[in-house]
Amino acid sequence: MHEALLVMKKDLRLEWRSKVGIGQVLPFSLLVVLLFAFALDPERGVLERVTSGLFWVVVLFSSVLTIERAFSVEANDGIFDALRLSGMAPAAIYAGKVAALTLQLLVVEAVLATAVAVFYDTTWRGPVLSIGVAVIATLGIAGAGAVYGAIAAKLRSGSTLLPLLLLPLLAPVLICATRGFEVALGREAGPGWPWAALLGIFSAVYLTLGALLFRPLLEDA
Amino acid sequence: MEHAVHLRDAVTLLGRFPALAGVDLDVARGEVVLLRGPNGAGKTTLLRLCAGLAPVSSGTAEVLGVDLVARRAGVRRRVGLLGHATFLYEDLSVVENVDFWARASGADVADGRRALDRLQVATRLHHLSVHSLSAGQRRRVSFAAMLARRPELWLLDEPHAGLDANGRDIVDDLVREAASVGATVLFASHELDRAGDVADRTVEVVGGTVVAHDDGGRSPDEVAARA
Repeated sequence: MHEALLVMKKDLRLEWRSKVGIGQVLPFSLLVVLLFAFALDPERGVLERVTSGLFWVVVLFSSVLTIERAFSVEANDGIFDALRLSGMAPAAIYAGKVAALTLQLLVVEAVLATAVAVFYDTTWRGPVLSIGVAVIATLGIAGAGAVYGAIAAKLRSGSTLLPLLLLPLLAPVLICATRGFEVALGREAGPGWPWAALLGIFSAVYLTLGALLFRPLLEDA
Repeated sequence: MEHAVHLRDAVTLLGRFPALAGVDLDVARGEVVLLRGPNGAGKTTLLRLCAGLAPVSSGTAEVLGVDLVARRAGVRRRVGLLGHATFLYEDLSVVENVDFWARASGADVADGRRALDRLQVATRLHHLSVHSLSAGQRRRVSFAAMLARRPELWLLDEPHAGLDANGRDIVDDLVREAASVGATVLFASHELDRAGDVADRTVEVVGGTVVAHDDGGRSPDEVAARA
């Protein structure tokens, strides 16, 4: 727990110092949301119908950028070797990376949700369901992303390979989160929590596999 | 004599290339051993093997009593490796880096601050990002981060590289002090005049194997006594 907190704080401090999230990822995400608002404005009905899907697609693109950054700093200057020499448990390093990624992505999602409300004229009718779906989906994205981020970091063309590896794996998260948000936005009738529960299963699988796989990944890095 | 490093016919394959092709080496606890040899001889791989980073593909390897074939991760927290890479986060400050690596290794943060003082890293640099530092200052900070761990085995790859005369003297003093309190030092250097003065013994590595030992005329008992 102590080691995971140490890694999480270090990653958040690195983000605070470099401002990559605030200065690059967030503006990119907002730009995509804005471009879709312009592109689909004449067809206001279309924009309304696809808001949930657009939101989560933008979140996935932002996640790729955030994950790539989080692991490229570990690939520089022999840091992976230093992490191994530190003797910290690989599962603790993984947990710290996942926690830091989750927090960063939740901030991006909060800003995006505000932007969607403003530009897409959207009302969040189920805030509790929205937050629940967002937290569970983000844990899943971070859990899978930390594994593929570590793989990509050790490859020469890793930064371009990361989306190809990660996005197909996250398709179930995209589907469940989109459907959950559609209920939360009042676009779809019926209960939303079963989608959150399904998301929870996917996230639990990603996190469990990630914690188990991170040791061999760190050894190969 | 108890060995800090005990290798027999140790082979390390990097892909299919035998970076170490059957190394026999014994280093006594408290001994300071210089590895010399041409570029590509396998000195860096030998240091990485002793750190538990490079795999032992065949042969036997024990470091600080840990069998590296069975569980090489078991030795890592007890060694300090100063390699070509800095092991530092560019966007963190000097103290943030040293504090993080001290905590990550289970050491005391105060040891990190003392190590920075010992390496004479100026206080005005402590809160600068590492990317703002000169190569020599980065080297000193890397050394401080390693020193804070209080390793039992020091593995130094070209420890004098990039340092000014004062920095090189500090490194030599630290190596002598480490040996005097029982730590073992294995280091690679091309600066044979300076390094030879610090080392108890020189080992020549060529083509991935140890080809010669030079104990400087000291008997094994003398070496043991120094240890």
